Amino acid sequence: MHTAHRRRGLTAVALAGAAGLVLAGCTSGGAGGGGDADCSDYEQYGTFDNASVEVYATIIDVEADQLVESWADFEECTGITIDYVGTQEAETQINVRVAAGDAPDIMIVPQPGLLQRLIGDGAVVPASAEVEANVDEFWSESWKGYGSVDGTFYAAPLMASVKGYIWYSPADFEENGYEVPETWDDLVALTEEMADNNDSQTYRPWCVGFGSGDATGWPGTDWIEDLVLRMHGPEAYDQWVAGELPFSSPEIQEAFDAAGEILLNPDFVNGGFGGVESINSTTFQDAGLAILDGNCSLHHQASFYEAQWGEDVEVAEDGDVWAFITPKVDADAGDSVTGGGEFVAAFTDNEETDAVQQYLSSDTWANIRVGLGGVISANNGVDPSVAGSEIGAQSMEILQGEDTVFRFDGSDLMPAAVGTSSFWTGIVDWVGGDSTSSVTARIDASYPR
Amino acid sequence: MSATDAAEAALDSPLNSKKVRRQRPEGKADRAKKVLTSKWATAGAIIIAVIWTIPTAGLFITSFRPADQIKGSGWWTIFQNWGFTFDNYAEVLTAQGASSANLSSYFINSIVVAVPATLFPLVLASLAAYAFAWIKFRFSAAIFIGVFALQIVPLQMALIPLLQIFSGALGISGTFPAVWIAHTIFGLPLAIFLLHNFISEIPGDVIEAARVDGANHFQTFFRIVLPLAMPALASFAIFQFLWVWNDLLVALVFSGGGVDVAPLTQRLAELSGNYGRNLHRLPAAAFISIIVPLIVFFSLQRYFVRGLMAGSTKG
Amino acid sequence: MGVGPVVAQVAEAVQHVLPTARRGDFWGATIEKFGVLFIGLAAFAAVIGLVLFFADRTPKKMRDVVQLTAFVAPALLLLLVGLVYPAIQTVYLAFTNRQGEWIGFQNFVWMFTQDEILQVLLNTIIWVLLVPALSTTIGLAYAVFIDKSAGEKVLKSLVFLPMAISFVGAGIIWRFIYEYRAEGYEQIGLLNQIIVWFGGEPRQFLIESPWNTFFLIIVMIWIQTGFAMVLLSAAIKAVPTEIIEASRLDGANAWQQFWNVTVPGIRSTLVVVVTTITIATLKVFDIVRTMTGGNYGTSVVANEMYTQAFNRAEWGQGAALAVVLFIMVLPIIMYNVRVMRKQREIR
Repeated sequence: MHTAHRRRGLTAVALAGAAGLVLAGCTSGGAGGGGDADCSDYEQYGTFDNASVEVYATIIDVEADQLVESWADFEECTGITIDYVGTQEAETQINVRVAAGDAPDIMIVPQPGLLQRLIGDGAVVPASAEVEANVDEFWSESWKGYGSVDGTFYAAPLMASVKGYIWYSPADFEENGYEVPETWDDLVALTEEMADNNDSQTYRPWCVGFGSGDATGWPGTDWIEDLVLRMHGPEAYDQWVAGELPFSSPEIQEAFDAAGEILLNPDFVNGGFGGVESINSTTFQDAGLAILDGNCSLHHQASFYEAQWGEDVEVAEDGDVWAFITPKVDADAGDSVTGGGEFVAAFTDNEETDAVQQYLSSDTWANIRVGLGGVISANNGVDPSVAGSEIGAQSMEILQGEDTVFRFDGSDLMPAAVGTSSFWTGIVDWVGGDSTSSVTARIDASYPR
Repeated sequence: MSATDAAEAALDSPLNSKKVRRQRPEGKADRAKKVLTSKWATAGAIIIAVIWTIPTAGLFITSFRPADQIKGSGWWTIFQNWGFTFDNYAEVLTAQGASSANLSSYFINSIVVAVPATLFPLVLASLAAYAFAWIKFRFSAAIFIGVFALQIVPLQMALIPLLQIFSGALGISGTFPAVWIAHTIFGLPLAIFLLHNFISEIPGDVIEAARVDGANHFQTFFRIVLPLAMPALASFAIFQFLWVWNDLLVALVFSGGGVDVAPLTQRLAELSGNYGRNLHRLPAAAFISIIVPLIVFFSLQRYFVRGLMAGSTKG
Repeated sequence: MGVGPVVAQVAEAVQHVLPTARRGDFWGATIEKFGVLFIGLAAFAAVIGLVLFFADRTPKKMRDVVQLTAFVAPALLLLLVGLVYPAIQTVYLAFTNRQGEWIGFQNFVWMFTQDEILQVLLNTIIWVLLVPALSTTIGLAYAVFIDKSAGEKVLKSLVFLPMAISFVGAGIIWRFIYEYRAEGYEQIGLLNQIIVWFGGEPRQFLIESPWNTFFLIIVMIWIQTGFAMVLLSAAIKAVPTEIIEASRLDGANAWQQFWNVTVPGIRSTLVVVVTTITIATLKVFDIVRTMTGGNYGTSVVANEMYTQAFNRAEWGQGAALAVVLFIMVLPIIMYNVRVMRKQREIR
């Protein structure tokens, strides 16, 4: 239950509820129909009598409603009933259910680390050739890799998000003559400029919130991951995630210190909330909203933060708020981003389950679901313009881009003892004043033997 | 029999009435005076009562405040920032989607879970408690002590084996009966222990008299023991009902987490897990979950104490 | 005995009923849920009724055995399956690794060499020392303070009330008390507001280790004090007035009366109270789970066991923690068993 993903997935709700449904009407319009669905897209899955498939996931609220809606036509045309069970405890309960022989037919696994462990325990059924063909066609090699173990392919990716956006107010930038920075150094320089211009007691250039209930600390791991990838490149990033490059290595400590230049400087944080120590207690949902009050100018959070702005706020390049991707460190290096996503793992080996898996890995489903709003997909078969928002479209272009290096959120790939535990608490301690060296040493020590 | 009962019995005896009646009011008045005149005791009582009440009272006030005020200021500023609304309650009770239910549905689930999960162990435990108290059989004491000791088994560890049985042999995982049976099992050790304490205190002559009249164990149980054990039964019923209603762990595992079976606590924990965003819904949701146990509790609390006191008052 | 078939039947009934109770149709679903409730109760009553009926009609020769079985077997069978077998299995699991191989005492070595787990054990000891002691002391003090005073019932109810609130609900209530806003901002948590009124700096009560453990403990004390108070209050009233009167005539002051007469008079109730609260404390799970998730050095054994076993699928390590919990509760149970034995002998 300790995963950042659970929280992250949940946040897309507000937007989804408001804008998403409206947009669904003008973009895809495929789902949610009554008895007059066009079944030609679904013939390939066959028809079934009285078949039902349980889909288990951490997704709840409006996001879950949209998910259920996204397969309404599929259910009607194939005769398969999909019983959706969404609970925030799913990541913990799946272990119990698997151990007790009570596994669901399908689980939407929100992080590769858990997926790999379930596969390692022999609980997951390998994906069929048709599912694999879909994934080969629509996804990049690295996405397929997260769903595979030892060359066997198990789970197709589902939805995705892009990490490392820095949110800002275009009006604020224009008024003060700020430029969107090209490199990390520019970003730090911009921050300094903002701090120099500041004459308010409550304003700081950045507003930061790492608070997230029992998952507090995870937004901080995104900062470190972004910096490791940009400072030391994808190879070092992969080694770090695989546990070969320890946290206490100079590379990772450097990334902590670079983030610390901003996060631990009381002149730079925490606009609208207080000093450095307020980072841990400010919830990640609330933190960025200080931009709207003019209490800060910059907020680092993934694409799904769009949902937090509320209905009255226009998210666009010339709107109330907009975002740029955390800039690269080396101006000559290629673009790289981190992101997250979900995977569809099957625990039952039968035809109806396979049909659902095939459908969820298809471009048909991805177009319908993205069209409903609130989420994006890395599925190449989806036209980014289908996405319900500009930021969604931009994120999908980044995900589908040929020359952007994409890396999965590192903490989701690490063993649970680190990725959803000591890394988070390490961040909390670090923000609380512990040194980089002691925090990184402690995280290293928590690696399972 | 407890000492007060004895005193009361003495009080009723006509021979002693004058003397006792004279004595008791004096003693009572004396004691009351002492407590009330002690400033420290009064102050202590007030401090404790206030500290214990404020958290709940504060949340109660908060639950009626508009969302932006809940986020912006404390409930104690209610008079500076006046605001009163039922919106939070209306929202949590009725808001729902295609995949989730509103709080009312979870409320119903809680009731459907709690009633059988209270009655089943009550019936089974009273039968067993009678046997341990009044039927002589080998190892009866040892088995009884074993049952008592089962209270130490952390129920987290019993979850998987039970779920195995429910999903394998019985095929009922994720349904109400699974939750009922699980709660029944986990409630039995305490139930048998409490009811045994009470039932074994029923005077032997009463049981003997029934036996002499030719009653068998069933007749004795239903005609003599059950009516006499009412306070203990009520006491355990309250205990178990509160426990089941307030339980999170058992429900989490055996209800399967679906909206058709999951109880209020589970929904509440989910709202609480997304604390920041649900700040304005939580107080109202918490109060809805508290109402039923409070009613049960206050309407039956005198039984609660009497039942629990059995077996603990004698020296 | 008897339960299996009922369960299967009820399950079947449920399966017939539930698919039609689709989401959105609140009243339809509600009626069907109550249908399940009714079927469940009726089936249970029928089975128990039949068992008792036939046990009552058995030929005289076997009647004693059959009757005894009818009385105790249903409960014992359920306990055997639901608690005894899992307990044995847990002890076995504690000596195995993730793959289920026998690894001797390695899980216990792991436990006592990990700083994190040592912290968990230490936290549990702090909980188990503080909660029973403080709940009982405060409960007893309050019971004495309000004894025979005007409005005793109302005063009791105020302290008793938290008993009826779920741990999850209590967690929510107390998070609103501990809520933090940085200095200079309007506080919405009462405790920080009080600190600010007195000129202090707001604290993050649930994050700052090691004090956060104590702030969680306060919640548990808040819940358990009412329980202690009610039982002790009843016990105090059962102490014969004559004895107190006698000691007063002997010249004892209020404190001496309390210490020399009242406390000995309620000793056995005290034992019951402390035992019950101690066991509840050792098993405390929900408070930690919902308030901090066991982060920031606040985890306790019952929570860590859940995290290890279910969140990380480290069954062996989780089971080893469970065994430690067994061992911690064992002395308390043994003491109570001794007391119980004595009582049985008296009878």
